Amino acid sequence: MKFAVIVFPGSNCDRDMHHAIQEGIGEEVHFVRHTESDLASFDGILLPGGFSHGDYLRSGAMAATSPIISAIKKEAEKGKPVLGVCNGFQVLLEAGLLPGAMLSNEGQRFICRTVELRVENTKSIFTTSYEKGQIIRIPVAHGDGNYFCDEETYKSLKDQERILFTYEDNPNGSVHNIAGISNERGNVLGMMPHPERAVESLLGSDDGLKLFQSIVKSWRETHAVHS
Amino acid sequence: MQSIVELTPAYIAEKKIYQDMGLSDAEFLSIQNILGRNPNYTETGLFSVMWSEHCSYKNSKPLLKKFPTTAPHVLQGPGEGAGIVDIGDNQAVVFKIESHNHPSAIEPYQGAATGVGGILRDVFSMGARPIALLNSLRFGELTSERVKYLFREVVHGISGYGNCVGVPTVGGEVQFDDCYEGNPLVNAMCVGLIDQQDIQKGIAKGIGNTVMYAGAPTGRDGIHGATFASEELSEESESKRPSVQVGDPFMEKLLIEACLEVTQCDALVGMQDMGAAGLTSSSSEMASKSGTGIEMNLDQIPQREQNMTPYELMLSESQERMLLIVEKGREHEIEAIFEKHGLHAVSVGEVIEDRVLRLTHQNEVVADVPVDSLAEDAPVYHQPSKEPAYFSTFQNMEDYYPHVDNAEETLMDLLKQSTIASKEWVYDQYDTMVQTNTVVAPGSDAAVLRIKGTNKAIAMTTDCNSRYIYLDPNTGGKIAVAEAARNIICSGGKPLALTDCLNFGNPEIPEYFWQMEHAVEGMSRACESLSTPVISGNVSLYNGSNQQSIFPTPVVGMVGLIEDLEHVTRQSFQKSGDLIYVIGEAKPEFGGSELQKLREGRYFGKAPYLDLEIEQKRQDQLLQAIQGGVVQSAHDIAEGGLAVALAESLFDQELGCEVALSGDLGAELFSETQSRFIVSVSKQDASKFEEMVDDARLVGTVKDESNMSISHNDLPVLNLSTHELKQAWKEAIPCQLKSKG
Repeated sequence: MKFAVIVFPGSNCDRDMHHAIQEGIGEEVHFVRHTESDLASFDGILLPGGFSHGDYLRSGAMAATSPIISAIKKEAEKGKPVLGVCNGFQVLLEAGLLPGAMLSNEGQRFICRTVELRVENTKSIFTTSYEKGQIIRIPVAHGDGNYFCDEETYKSLKDQERILFTYEDNPNGSVHNIAGISNERGNVLGMMPHPERAVESLLGSDDGLKLFQSIVKSWRETHAVHS
Repeated sequence: MQSIVELTPAYIAEKKIYQDMGLSDAEFLSIQNILGRNPNYTETGLFSVMWSEHCSYKNSKPLLKKFPTTAPHVLQGPGEGAGIVDIGDNQAVVFKIESHNHPSAIEPYQGAATGVGGILRDVFSMGARPIALLNSLRFGELTSERVKYLFREVVHGISGYGNCVGVPTVGGEVQFDDCYEGNPLVNAMCVGLIDQQDIQKGIAKGIGNTVMYAGAPTGRDGIHGATFASEELSEESESKRPSVQVGDPFMEKLLIEACLEVTQCDALVGMQDMGAAGLTSSSSEMASKSGTGIEMNLDQIPQREQNMTPYELMLSESQERMLLIVEKGREHEIEAIFEKHGLHAVSVGEVIEDRVLRLTHQNEVVADVPVDSLAEDAPVYHQPSKEPAYFSTFQNMEDYYPHVDNAEETLMDLLKQSTIASKEWVYDQYDTMVQTNTVVAPGSDAAVLRIKGTNKAIAMTTDCNSRYIYLDPNTGGKIAVAEAARNIICSGGKPLALTDCLNFGNPEIPEYFWQMEHAVEGMSRACESLSTPVISGNVSLYNGSNQQSIFPTPVVGMVGLIEDLEHVTRQSFQKSGDLIYVIGEAKPEFGGSELQKLREGRYFGKAPYLDLEIEQKRQDQLLQAIQGGVVQSAHDIAEGGLAVALAESLFDQELGCEVALSGDLGAELFSETQSRFIVSVSKQDASKFEEMVDDARLVGTVKDESNMSISHNDLPVLNLSTHELKQAWKEAIPCQLKSKG
């Protein structure tokens, strides 16, 4: 499987994401700059964390107007997996690929710590390798991670089982403890916690590996080689 | 166009305008002699910043010479942006620490943020990717609203800048004492990683080569920042707020990526950050080091404000700027790289044979001065030194001995002391994990980062107990170095080298100069003993306010090499049943201790004694034991003594312990006798451990029951739940911040 890691000016988890794919699950991965406009040759698209354009204006707002965004939308419409982590999630919200908005953390401070997440749904292409209800340890590191959506949106997210991860001990004030949501089709995931920081037990947790493995598993199932 | 009217050279000399820029009469006279004429306004400005203490070390140079600076593994000692140490496999670590005290005292957010920005540039200008930040902070007590504000905003500034540039903040320390009330210390350290063939230096070689300017445009911020940093804070300091630079971490992030890419381009000859004294220091230092001169056309300097004068352009300390020397004819290659990262690099001048800094502005030569006179010929002062009266008083005092009637209460109180209490409130706001190398995050003795693609790791720490240095600068200086080394050893690393940030008071006051002289002497001794040369550093003098100096605070930033990831060791006990050893005997030493502060609210008497031979032996033996695989955890015994260190060892996994002590109870529990460690060892490794470590004494066992239990001569003296201890320790700082003082 061939992944693209999108690099916006100010992305700073791009190299970590690259490392997680290359060393963590041993798949092919390339950096693609925000100025590019074609992602057709990739099988999966990863939007890393960081401070794209310094988070000036609003987190993710300027990145959402990059040339690469239309390419991401195009591939998402084809059903390819798109994962936005942290700032990548914010970009997906600003680009309209996911519903809702991101507010400043409830405590008005940046927080960096490893938190416990509950896997709410294992039917998604991003979570098939987890157990339903499984508690996993994944780091968060953000200042604007307080996810908000109106009750109507929440209801549809819930009814359509699009809430994939929730916080066990809500660190940022996110509505209904939401940590990660997918789009209606289920191929676009945005999450504040960093699975790419949890791929080696040496660094404290490898609970993020299964997320990337799930993506690859689903891809293989739909791209079984018939020779 | 508006014409610029400047004071004439004759007027500057006659009315002593130079004094406003921080130059003395004698210094001005030597400038007149160097030039053979009166300097004009711009030239006076150039000399004043380059001859400030901050840039020239004119008061500290004779002392700095005492530091050992070489060793086979030292690839670059003091003199460049940062020092470099070989870590094998053709790799090296690049590191330096720097102060941003004065700016942080009056504008804490920007002061701290730009301190981080500046130290990053020192490291990536060498071609190294910054992989870690640390910071050493000192504040007054958290009882005043002003101190709380400074503390919150400094942490916020570090977090705002460091998190955005994507370099993890992995360690450091925060201490609180009254003497820092008006003059907090903000020292930032950066560690970078480099392949040895990529090492860049700040040189301006090759006559005819092009001088290029890259990064943010120049504004009027930070003018005379270096001079401001070289005087005492006072009531008027508030008016120096415009001297504080404003940082843009997004710009810095772009600059990091662009500069690291430029490093790979062989059109680059040299590169230096525009830090203190901005364009002036970077241009004159690069030329002076290379035996060349530089001519610049100031009209070409990117400017973000209108009608800037040559004086303002040369003295501005606008952030996120870099000066490059590029092979003539290949400028477009460099421009293209910066362009790709959304930045501009422009040609602003050339390297010339005449060893002068020659500046033109609107078709006129506005400065023409020898580069060596700026970079090298600042006067060197051997300030008079005088032993302060307090020193002999303290030395002749009877040993202070606080009676401990209630060990439980004393321990609880100590854990709530702000210097000992958990700093989670601080480091929770720092991204400690970005770049995915952090094996041991803040909260243990030293931070540990693995080196990707190898089986190695590096350990890093900052340390300085300034109370001991105040009581006895020589001994305290030794302790600062020894303690940093202990923290590296406890993490499983071999100390390689250190960087220091010498924060002292006004050197023109003989008693304060004496403190610096003796602290440096003590540090140098310890550096020699422990084979940790000084490879970079920074001097910050004139720290104090309202006639009161800070405690002498020479912060030590140390880096060590962990040869094998298997050797990585933490301070926390690992499992029930492990045996607890204490290395070293406690003596009743309470001068400068946390218990003395708790009981007396001040420090007096003698600093704890330090024997460097014993220190070295214990460090060597403990490291061998760790490398031999027989140590489960290791923690140095520091502020608050054994009881505090034991409690800290329990917190991570909320384990318990049963410890039996004999001898003097107060000393056993709370003395700060040096060169001591708490080590836990699996039962099956006990005999092997005891063979390897001479001065180890078995004192107890790690327990599953989450309880800290200590007996003394077979009588129970302390029995507290680990959870309760941990809560007290963890909540102390958030509580103090919330309470209305």
